Amino acid sequence: MTNSHSTLTPVLTDIWDAPRSWTLATYRDHRGYEALAKARDTAQADLVELVKGSGLRGRGGAGFPTGLKWSFLPAPDGGPRYLVVNADESEPGTCKDVPLMMANPHVLVEGVAITSYAIGCDHAFIYLRGEVVHVYRRLLAAVREAKEAGLLGDLEITVHAGAGAYICGEETALLDSLEGRRGQPRLKPPFPAVAGLYARPTVVNNVETIASIPAMVLGGSEWFAGLGTPKSAGHGIFSLSGHVTRPGQYEAPLGITLRQLLELAGGVRAGHRLKFWTPGGSSTPLLTQEHLDVPLDYEGVAGAGSMLGTRALQIFDETVSVVRAVSRWIDFYKHESCGKCTPCREGTFWLQQIMHRLEEGRGTADDLQSLSDIAGNILGRSFCALGDAAATPIQSGLTYFRDEFEAGCHTPARELFPPHRSVLHATDSEEVPA
Amino acid sequence: MTTESPSHAAPTVAPGASYPEDVAVRLRADAAVVVARYPDERSALLPLLHLIQSVDSFVSPRGVAFCADVLGLSRAEVSAVATFYSQYKRKPNGRYTVGVCTNTLCAVMGGDDVYDAVSAHLGLGNDETTPDGVVTLERLECNAACDYAPVVMVNWEFFDNVTPDSAVDLVDRLRDGQAVTASRGPVVQDFRAVSRVLAGFEDGLVDDGPGAGDATLVGLRISREHDWRAPAYPSDATQDEADTADAVGHGDGRTGLHEVGEEQSSSDHAAATPSESTVGQRPDQPVDDDAKADDTKGQAT
Repeated sequence: MTNSHSTLTPVLTDIWDAPRSWTLATYRDHRGYEALAKARDTAQADLVELVKGSGLRGRGGAGFPTGLKWSFLPAPDGGPRYLVVNADESEPGTCKDVPLMMANPHVLVEGVAITSYAIGCDHAFIYLRGEVVHVYRRLLAAVREAKEAGLLGDLEITVHAGAGAYICGEETALLDSLEGRRGQPRLKPPFPAVAGLYARPTVVNNVETIASIPAMVLGGSEWFAGLGTPKSAGHGIFSLSGHVTRPGQYEAPLGITLRQLLELAGGVRAGHRLKFWTPGGSSTPLLTQEHLDVPLDYEGVAGAGSMLGTRALQIFDETVSVVRAVSRWIDFYKHESCGKCTPCREGTFWLQQIMHRLEEGRGTADDLQSLSDIAGNILGRSFCALGDAAATPIQSGLTYFRDEFEAGCHTPARELFPPHRSVLHATDSEEVPA
Repeated sequence: MTTESPSHAAPTVAPGASYPEDVAVRLRADAAVVVARYPDERSALLPLLHLIQSVDSFVSPRGVAFCADVLGLSRAEVSAVATFYSQYKRKPNGRYTVGVCTNTLCAVMGGDDVYDAVSAHLGLGNDETTPDGVVTLERLECNAACDYAPVVMVNWEFFDNVTPDSAVDLVDRLRDGQAVTASRGPVVQDFRAVSRVLAGFEDGLVDDGPGAGDATLVGLRISREHDWRAPAYPSDATQDEADTADAVGHGDGRTGLHEVGEEQSSSDHAAATPSESTVGQRPDQPVDDDAKADDTKGQAT
């Protein structure tokens, strides 16, 4: 696919080790804003075609073709059209956009400028989660530097800090939040392309998606498509976390496998073995040892019954209780449910009650069936994907580790899987009776 | 939802009347800057609530009134928004919010122990503040730093790879009034100062701290070690052949993308050929996309 031996292909990550990588000066030393100049010499429609032809699919999890999304905007009517970058990275396990924006905010700003030009937008927004203040500093400074250097022309870019709400990563909830409201999802259609921010045509794209545009403009669509697999083109950041020797960010062509990534990461932590993992955050169904060779592209992971999601590979070894892990994720979904629709609001509440019982070893005979029923009644019946996401770890957990849920009817998870065996810090808990 | 500014009678008193006059003057000036960033003034509400916290350390009743007056909203509308978001505080906050991630991955890697240790050490539960008003303890959801688990955030700055001992030491230093520096960020500022940044006002600390931590760079370092690179841009190859003397000369000796000349070796070229043949099979996909686009647009419009 790529240069014969290059398992990893740094594009977005390539300047992250440069001194003062976040500054305009450094970015320009690495060809920063060349793509913007080139794009401005290109017809807008040709840029949309370039992105369509590249096969780039949204890097925020859903994998919708980016150029296609842009092409959904209705013809210009003289009124404003908006680009909104979803920088609300909050999916458990996902940690790629935050380091990208901290190390190289200018690549995002350049991508915003190119995209804005391509779709005819004069005012773009970057909606950043509020809980990463240093990233906000870097983005504010990058926009200011680019503006002062005259790189943005008449384009306004507003970098907006959210205030703590996972649901705002859902694109229509994000738009409501950006309009100064509670972040609750909207009924679709209309889709944002038709009626988005302030009910105007709007493109909402993930950080990594937009940051991939400058290199694509310089390299061309065939260069981009030369990486990855036929239906999952390009490079992407894979984030390994948990029980691996060297957790961190690995940028590779889509289609790499967990086996390959684990090799680079020094394997599962010494003396332990892989038990379960998420391919793309906690909202993607769990996978196991048997999926080590699944190509990590959209089709490959879907074929294994999960989703590529955000390539957030959370690795858990054999010391970890699936019941405890799922229970904590359900705490999260229950906490973050916006309350707008009944299946998610009520369903996550009941899932939490049951999971807590199972974790304590106090589950009842009916609990497993109830779990399954509730999850099944949330999935596909909630207003947005958050509800589906809450059902996901339950259903995949039951599929692969049903015996652990059954054990929750008589034995606490902490007895079956003493938590101190999973932690990184030194403990003297071996002496404590389990 | 409306795209028009809500029409409202001018308030009988200037917004912020319940603040001391100098504070009110400053708040009004700052609010005008915030509102000017948006086509629709209501979009300013979230940053204005951060701004209120930069004065009061929480979303105070007088702050709610201020936001309502500035934006022409009712106080109930402002409160309804403020109570939706976890960063907005309903009671005075400590000088430092110490947030321990206890979402699954951090919890498993030690976050639960970290939370328990700090909680026991300070005698605090979730969302409680030490009597000296220095530390507010919180359980956090995932903060997008899983490769540094377990993670603690102090006033939304990263503290990576913490242990129960290091976290206890951290809160002790905060309570002693010592300056503490984030793993990837500056010396941690107090809650009010950070809230002002979150309202969109720069504080001059952007250049503090690194661009990236070790975990962020782990894949890139492996790539450097093995000389792994993304393929060179085809246009560079063409340009380079045409004008070798004046190729885009930004190579700093590190990266494949930049070292245009080096990519011209025959072995590199041969390696690129299979990818070109792969590309050759691709044009059917954009055609499909076009067809789908037309279909969908036909349905949508």
